[in-house]
Parts: sequence; structure tokens; C-alpha cells
Amino acid sequence: MSEEHEHIVSYKLFALIWGALLILTGVTVWVAQYNLGALNIWVALGIATLKSGLVVAFFMHMKYEQPVFKICLLAALAILAIFIGFTFLDVLYR
Amino acid sequence: MSEHIHKDYTGAKLGMWFFLFTEVLLFGGLFILYAVYLQRYPQEFISAGSQLDVRFGGGNTLVLLTSSLFVAISITALRRGQKTLCQGLLAGTIISAAIFMINKFFEWSAKIDHGIYPGSPHMYEIAPGESIFFSIYYITTGLHGLHVIIGALIIAWTMLKIKNGSVNAEDWVVLENAGLYWHLVDLIWIFIFPLYYLILH
Amino acid sequence: MADAKMQAAGNRGFFDEGHYSGIRGWIFSTDHKRIGLLYLWCVVTFFIVGVLIGLLLRLELFAPGETIMTAQTYNAAFTLHGVIMIFLFIIPGIPAAFGNLVLPIQIGARDVAFPRLNLFSWWLYIIGAALAVTSLFTGGGPPDTGWTFYVPFSVKTTTNVSLAAIAVFVLGFSSILTGLNFLTTIHRLRAEGMTWGRLPLFIWSLYATAWIQLLATPVIGITVALLFIERVLGAGLFDPALGGDPIMFQHLFWIYSHPAVYIMILPGMGVISEIIPVFSRKPAFGYKAIAVSSLAIAFAGSLVWAHHMYTSGMSDMAVLIFSLLTFIVAIPSAIKIFNWLATMYKGSILLDPPMLFAMSFILLFAIGGLTGLILGSAATDVHVHDTYFVVGHFHYVMFGGTGMAFFAAMHYWLPKFYGRMYDKKVATISWIIIFIGFNVLYMSMKVVGMMGMPRRYYDYLPEFTGLNMLSTFGSWILGFGLLLMFVNLFRGLLKGEPIENDNPWGAATLEWQVATPPPLENFEEDPVVTHGPYDFKKAGIL
Repeated sequence: MSEEHEHIVSYKLFALIWGALLILTGVTVWVAQYNLGALNIWVALGIATLKSGLVVAFFMHMKYEQPVFKICLLAALAILAIFIGFTFLDVLYR
Repeated sequence: MSEHIHKDYTGAKLGMWFFLFTEVLLFGGLFILYAVYLQRYPQEFISAGSQLDVRFGGGNTLVLLTSSLFVAISITALRRGQKTLCQGLLAGTIISAAIFMINKFFEWSAKIDHGIYPGSPHMYEIAPGESIFFSIYYITTGLHGLHVIIGALIIAWTMLKIKNGSVNAEDWVVLENAGLYWHLVDLIWIFIFPLYYLILH
Repeated sequence: MADAKMQAAGNRGFFDEGHYSGIRGWIFSTDHKRIGLLYLWCVVTFFIVGVLIGLLLRLELFAPGETIMTAQTYNAAFTLHGVIMIFLFIIPGIPAAFGNLVLPIQIGARDVAFPRLNLFSWWLYIIGAALAVTSLFTGGGPPDTGWTFYVPFSVKTTTNVSLAAIAVFVLGFSSILTGLNFLTTIHRLRAEGMTWGRLPLFIWSLYATAWIQLLATPVIGITVALLFIERVLGAGLFDPALGGDPIMFQHLFWIYSHPAVYIMILPGMGVISEIIPVFSRKPAFGYKAIAVSSLAIAFAGSLVWAHHMYTSGMSDMAVLIFSLLTFIVAIPSAIKIFNWLATMYKGSILLDPPMLFAMSFILLFAIGGLTGLILGSAATDVHVHDTYFVVGHFHYVMFGGTGMAFFAAMHYWLPKFYGRMYDKKVATISWIIIFIGFNVLYMSMKVVGMMGMPRRYYDYLPEFTGLNMLSTFGSWILGFGLLLMFVNLFRGLLKGEPIENDNPWGAATLEWQVATPPPLENFEEDPVVTHGPYDFKKAGIL
């Protein structure tokens, strides 16, 4: 049956998060015009990560979920990071 | 024998999250390729990337972020008994998906008209790094577009279930899971946008 | 508990209960036990087909030069042998067949978390298998690339790689959904008192396997999709003329396919962990170590994929690091072997067929694992890469390992689900013949590989003839042993002595506490668990 204690997120909070996402989108477009060299990609990824964090935590409700959800998500992301990172052990040193 | 049509709300959500992990790893393979080729062809990625129109990309980003907002709010609406608002928001999500795909259609058409598409003769004429950029661009955004369509279909199906009452304020996990899928579609684009449209330096 | 009245009445448990009747009652059933049996018989059928192809391959290799088939046919035959054995037998094998049969009952649940999704998984398996079979007779004919589908040959070959790629994608999806289902089931449907610390070790192994199925399989999905796109659209992602890198295909391919071998072995290890305590009449030694080592193998297995690529042209740095990491995987595997042996030590060993297959698993897997070290070490690998040494190695671990575990599982659990016992003497004889044939067949390969014979060649230098002949003789002995084993099993399960006791082996896990065969809903009432899975004393068995 449904969990009665399950907390409902307010319209207001959702709207605030959406606003933050729009702002961050603006920031990432704005930063891209500057030449930061190798840093460009990492700043872009950093902002994307921040945006995703907001979507996952609030839109996808992760902030309010049991720890098992968070741990499993971390495990999946860790594995992806390993796949990407270890591939670079090859390509970076050719 | 006891009746057990009891539903496991948490289990259903957990199962959906597990499925989302597989989608992340599926696109992950494409992101591995992107990362490797970016490292190998930094200049060509810039020159090819600057040929993509930030307005299409940025516009689509705003469209998807807003559609995510709609879906998230629709759950609150349903749980507060505001069924019409819920359905309206979901319809808004589907319309957003349509706008996204129309944008994509124009974007791709423009490129294809210029002879830029996987396997075209033109791809052999431009620098290898640029050719690779466009190949991964088409495959990644194509796969993503497919997921936009699938997501929209799932939302539409959910709207039918809300209409017939099987998804309601007491049993809303199907909407929640449909929403999770939609947010994933948004998440993938959140990464696609800067990686393909904002590589200017 | 034993329901003698029901057995006397000829009650057949879940065989008689179900929504539909006849064949619809099976192919539309959401009962995990029926789905498990459906998987079992499909998987066994494909195993037998794979064995027959293997026998034909060995026949071709009996003598140098062309013996019974052309080179092209040979290439298609070993590709088919690999694709069938790997994607249609070993990967689904134990998890889909025995996981489905046993998992819910062992944790005290009535079914898996998503029964309809479970049925859908089986349907995907059938569709994938049908597509794979169709690729043999359509397009340019059966793929000749080897099961690894390396570019550029897989892009250029006119054989029906495209359809095979789609088949693999569909089969992968089946595997993913099974993993998802099992993970949710284990997290959410454990009975009261069934804490993580009381889970049978088979469940721990299925849990670790399910994580790999979930996270690694999507990568083969995208890989074969890209291969398909390369063939159909010519995108050039792996084509140097268009900026691509063929080694990237290998990375993507092995990022799945190495963890896949742990999908293959972990459930097998889980089966062994179930059987050893029961047939040693002793609780499992080092339960926690065995449980954690399953997770450790799953994790470590995700770090080492490029040890398949030492000679591919990748960087020396990668060769070095992946070689180092590969040694780490050996540790949790060894931990299991030590714990199994420690369980047997001073135990009261019963040499029933399940135990014979389990013990041979330990020996053969150990041999295979040790040869894995030679392959994992980059310096030695350079000499034996793409030789028969590799072929010998992986047959020891996959066949001597998982294969034996599969046979062990059949002999251990099927009597419970069919309610009949096979002839144990004949089973023992079949085991002896299999064991002898197996070692003659594959040890010869290791020797001839070390001498330099390349794999995937239908011809070889004259000096390799003796060992090849010996190996082929071994294949005939093995084939005969397998025939004997399967005939004995089928006859036993269908016409053998009905088993009197619900718990013929004296095990303490939940599947042995229900009626034989188990009823549709597994339990009359949801069980409450009060002891560990190998606590024979508390279970009242010892």
C-alpha cells in the first residue's frame, strides 16, 4: 500500500529548483565564451553535475529516499567513473 | 491462502531506479567514446562544435528542464487531489517533448542539407576529428531523441491510467516511475548540451 | 514440512496449479518455478547444440589440413560455438534457470518482485535466440568473426553480423531485466527473520551477479548497437579513415565481456557454496568471507577488462596497470576455495553426485584460475595470447567451473522440483567419464597452446598433430559422458523413484522445507526464519 508518511514536495520548492536550473544553464553558456584552456571542459562538467544533482535530489526525490537508494546510485556512478577513467589509462599514454 | 495483492511501493521505485542505472551505463558507453576522442582531437572538436547552433541546444535545454518541472509538479498535484492540473501538466510535458523533437528535426535537417551525416562522402573530406565529432553527435543525440519519444509515450500511457483511476492519490507509483524516466531523459541532455554545443575553446 | 498425504494423492505442486492450462500455462506463466524450468530446458538444449558444434570442430582438428569442413565453415562454426555457449547457455544458465527456481523460495518469498517482467525476460531470451538462429540462414550466412566481433573485420564481413548484433542486444536486455528483478527481490522480499546475515550463499552470489548484469550489460548493448550502425550507416567510430580507433571497440566490448565471465562463474560458486556444507554435514566455514568475496569479485572484475588487450596496441601504461589489477581478482576467488576446503575438513563427506560435481568444480576451477595468472601477467601473456593455451584456460574455468556447477545444480535441485530421483550410480559413472574426457580434451589444449598453436585456425603445423588427436579423443569421451549424464537425468526426473522425503539431502535452507514439488505459492504461510542457512542443528536435521 502507499506510504502515508511519504512527504509531498511543494510547488514552491519545485519552482525554485527550476529557477536555479535555468540560472545555471545561463551560467554555463556564459562561461563557455571565455577561454580557460583545459579548464573549460571541467567547469562545464562541474556545472552539469550541479544541475543533475538538483534534478536527482529534488525532481527525482532522492533527497527524501531511504539510504539504499543513494548507495545504489553512488555504486552505479562509481562503476561508470571507473569505466571512463581506466580507459584513459590507455588513451592518455599512447 | 492469504490474499496478497499488496503492492510494494518502495520496491517498485527501487526497480525503476535500477533500470535508470542501466540507461546511464548505456549512454555511458557513448560518453566514454566522446571523452577519448575529445582528448585526441581537441581542435577539431572545437571547430566542429562551433558549427552546432547554441540556440537550438540551449532552447532544447530550457524545454526539457521545464518539462521536468511539469512532471515533478504533476505528482504533487495528483497527491493533493488536483487531477485536472495533473493531467494538464503531463500534457504539457508531452507538448514539450514534441517541441524538442521539432527543434531537433530542424537542427538535423540543416546539417544533413550540408552533407553532414554518418557515412556521407563529405565526412571523408573534413578532418577526421571533425568527422568523429559529428558521428558521435548524431548517434548520441539520436539515441537520446529515441528516449524522448519513449518517455513521451510512457507519460501518455500514464495519463490514460490516471484517467481510468488506476493511478490515483493513493496509488501513484506508476506516475512517479514515469516521472523518474522522464527526468533521466532530461539528465542525459544536461550533459549532452555543454559537451556538444559549448565546446568553443 | 513433508506433506506425505499430498504426495500419496499424487499432488504435483506447481505443476498442477496455474492460470492457464496446456502450453499456454507455461509460456504465459508468471510463476518463477515454471519460468525457471522453461529457461532450464532452453539452456540445456542450446548447450547440447553447442557441444555438437564443438565435437565437429574437434573432428576438423583431428588432422592437419582440411578434414571435414572448409576454412570459412570452420570460422563460422567456432563463432557459433562461442555465441551459443556464452550468450545462450552460460550467461543465462545458472541465474536464469536455478536462480528463478530457487531464489524466491530460499529467501522465503512467494515469487520475484516483478513476475511479469520475469516472463518478459524469458520471452526476450527466446526472441534473441530466434534472431541468432535466423542469422545462420539469412543475410550473408553465419558470422565468421569469432564471438568477439572485433572491428574492422566485423564491419567489413558480408556474413550476417548485423542480425547477430541485434540478437546479442536483445539477449543482453533479457539478462539486464533478470538482474534488476533479482536485486529488487533480494532487497525487498526477504521473509521475516531472513536477515542479510542469514541469506544462503547462493543468494549472495546471485546478488553480486545481478549487479554485474545490471551495470555491465548495457555497455555491450551500446557496443553491438554501434557495430550495427557502423555496418549500416558507415559512421566511422572505429574507422581510422574517419578518425576512429579500432581499439576503442575492444575497450567497449571487454568492459562488458570481462565482468560477464563473473556473471558466469559467481552463480556457479554459489551453487558450490550450497552443496559443500550439506554434503560435508558441516556449516559453511567462513560464511562472511564467502559472502563478501562474491561482492569483491564482482567489483574487482570491473577493473581488469583490458587484460584481454595486452597485444592490441594499447599503451604500456595500460598493460602494466591492468596486469597488476588482474592479480587482485585472484584473491577473493582463492578465499572461496580455502573456505570450501575448510568446510570439508573434518566433515562427514557424502559422495553423492552433486558433491562429486562440486568437488571437481573446485579442482578444475583452481587449475583454470592458475592458468589465468599466466594470462593475466602481461609478460607471459604475450607468448600465449591467441593460442590454444587461452582456449584451454577458459574451458577449464567456464566448463570445468560453471559447467560442472550447472551439472551439480541439476543433480542437487531437480529432484526437489520433479519429485523423483535419478539413478545415482549411473550419475556417478557419468561423472567419472566426463571428468576423464574433460581433462584429456582441455589439458592437451594447454600444452599445444604453450607449444605455439594459434587458436581460431582450422589448420596447424604437423608437430601439433599428436596433441590434437588426443584432444579430439578426449572430446569423444566427454561427449559420451555428457550423453550418459543427460539420459540418466531425464529418465530419472520423468520416470525415476518418487522421493519419499522432502529433504533427501538433509539441507537446512528453505527450499527443502516445502512440499515436493513446491506448491504454486511456495509457502502455506509466510515463513519466519530463526536460524542460518547451514545451521543443521537448529534446523533439527543433525
